[in-house]
Amino acid sequence: MKIKLRTVAKYAAALLVAVSVLAPMGWLFLMSVSATADLTRVPLEWMPRQWDFSRYGRLLSLTPGEPGTLFLHALGNSLLVASGATAICLLLAIPAAFSFSRYRGRDGWLFASLAIYMVPPVAFVLPLYFLLQQLDLLNTRPGLMMVYCSLILPFLTWMLKNQFDTLPHDIEQAARLDGLRVWQVLLRITLPLAKPVLGAAALFGWLLAWDEFFYALLFTSNIAAQTLPVTIAGFTAGRATDDGLIAAVGILASAPPLLIAIWLQKTLVSGLASGGSKG
Amino acid sequence: MLSLRQREQRQAWVLLAPMLLVMLLLTAWPLLRTIWLSFTDAALIGSSGTAPGWIGVENYLYALTDEDFRTSLWRTLYFTVVSVAVEGIIGVLVALLLNQQFAGRSLLRVLVILPWALPTIVNAMMWRLNFNPDYGSVNALLTQTGLIDHYRSWLGSPDSALNAVMFADVWKNYPLVTLLVLAALQSIPEDLYEAARLDGASAWRRFRAITFPAIAGALSVALVLRTIDAFKIFDIIYVMTRGGPVDSTKTLSFYVYQESFSYLRAGSGAAYAILMTLLCAVLITLYMLLLWRQRRRGSAHEN
Repeated sequence: MKIKLRTVAKYAAALLVAVSVLAPMGWLFLMSVSATADLTRVPLEWMPRQWDFSRYGRLLSLTPGEPGTLFLHALGNSLLVASGATAICLLLAIPAAFSFSRYRGRDGWLFASLAIYMVPPVAFVLPLYFLLQQLDLLNTRPGLMMVYCSLILPFLTWMLKNQFDTLPHDIEQAARLDGLRVWQVLLRITLPLAKPVLGAAALFGWLLAWDEFFYALLFTSNIAAQTLPVTIAGFTAGRATDDGLIAAVGILASAPPLLIAIWLQKTLVSGLASGGSKG
Repeated sequence: MLSLRQREQRQAWVLLAPMLLVMLLLTAWPLLRTIWLSFTDAALIGSSGTAPGWIGVENYLYALTDEDFRTSLWRTLYFTVVSVAVEGIIGVLVALLLNQQFAGRSLLRVLVILPWALPTIVNAMMWRLNFNPDYGSVNALLTQTGLIDHYRSWLGSPDSALNAVMFADVWKNYPLVTLLVLAALQSIPEDLYEAARLDGASAWRRFRAITFPAIAGALSVALVLRTIDAFKIFDIIYVMTRGGPVDSTKTLSFYVYQESFSYLRAGSGAAYAILMTLLCAVLITLYMLLLWRQRRRGSAHEN
């Protein structure tokens, strides 16, 4: 009997957790496919009387006057900025992580870079603003890419260093004795071995950039460089009375990170522990 | 002719230099510059700063006597302590559940990742819609189940706005605690529990003697990470309430943002930012110590 009770409690708790996660997100999706009249009905009927996917069509069309013009630009900016920043950071973080891992005695720098990455962005934002202004990079995608490097670099370096630490050194040393240079060893031996984590770490960095809002809000001013989070915040605060449309934008903006997270399940934890949190 | 050791040293720095230079340019230098700004009366006029004048510690003196600043500091501490505590409790409970055997466990493990992965702004927007006073799902659900008798303005009243924002924050962020704690739980060998059972230890005793010590490290990392993030909270406030109603959700980050970019007082905004950073530095130091300790013990832990 006691065993039975435990089992019931277990399944009840599991159901509660599942519903609490799925209900708000499910409702967001239902909103995006319900007619506005259904959404504003009191009492609310929850299920749409008619499934209406037309908002997604409008968001994905470049016809002038449609919300798609705003949305697709922001989507393009987000993709480009996140991918560009991640690519630059990989180029910088791989040699740095290799150095931290193979040559002892500089860990202070690694900890310092991780520590400063956690300082509130309000402490950097004014000088960065002036810097971008002087370089003529305000409201540009390269400007945002540059700023995002400060977010992605520290923990990408940290994750890669931890990975390099677990690889065997003796092959590398043998290769060095055979006359290979350091960068040849890194490219031909170490990187191929670290490949699985390399991809995961890069995606992690990509997620951080995809999610960033504060700098994007202050350093962009129109569709030339505005990323999705800024556009969503604008939609939400605007006079757009169609909540279903806002919900549809949210669904589309969430699809890439949700898929990546499901795919990365296994490596997620090591990334999280190295400070890859998304406030 | 360089010795081998010197050559090694040089190689190490060459590999490291690009990353360090970028970090210095984008973080260390701006931070120093913000410290300098905080001693001036710099203003943001339109899009360019005027030539700032040096006014010493005046900004700091003003900050310490500023009622509004103190209030938003307490508000931020309330937000941080309460939401992180709740995230810790729910996070551990859900991790313990996910560590049990039951059908559908791996599916539930995937589900719990979803709130964490949801973009912060989408989460804020989602809860803003859910808390809508006229036709939000929260009002609909609570009235249809008979828990409240009339629709309420959750984000529109100063009594409930901050708690509604905290609810949204907890919903999204407890999974971080769950994931880290679950990883620690999975490393506990089952025979420890077997042995404890044979010795007749109660469930509570088993939790105290085996489970808790095993998850303590992961839990403290998760809680410190969450504390640092909660202390900096901005995005969710910006989208859900813009600091309102009547400043009831104006946290420190939002306060500094307004000072610098709405009232264009860059100098005093910088001083507030530095004060905030000093408070954060305590937490960051704590986190660094935790990481340091974990790494020292790491080799012993991996078997």
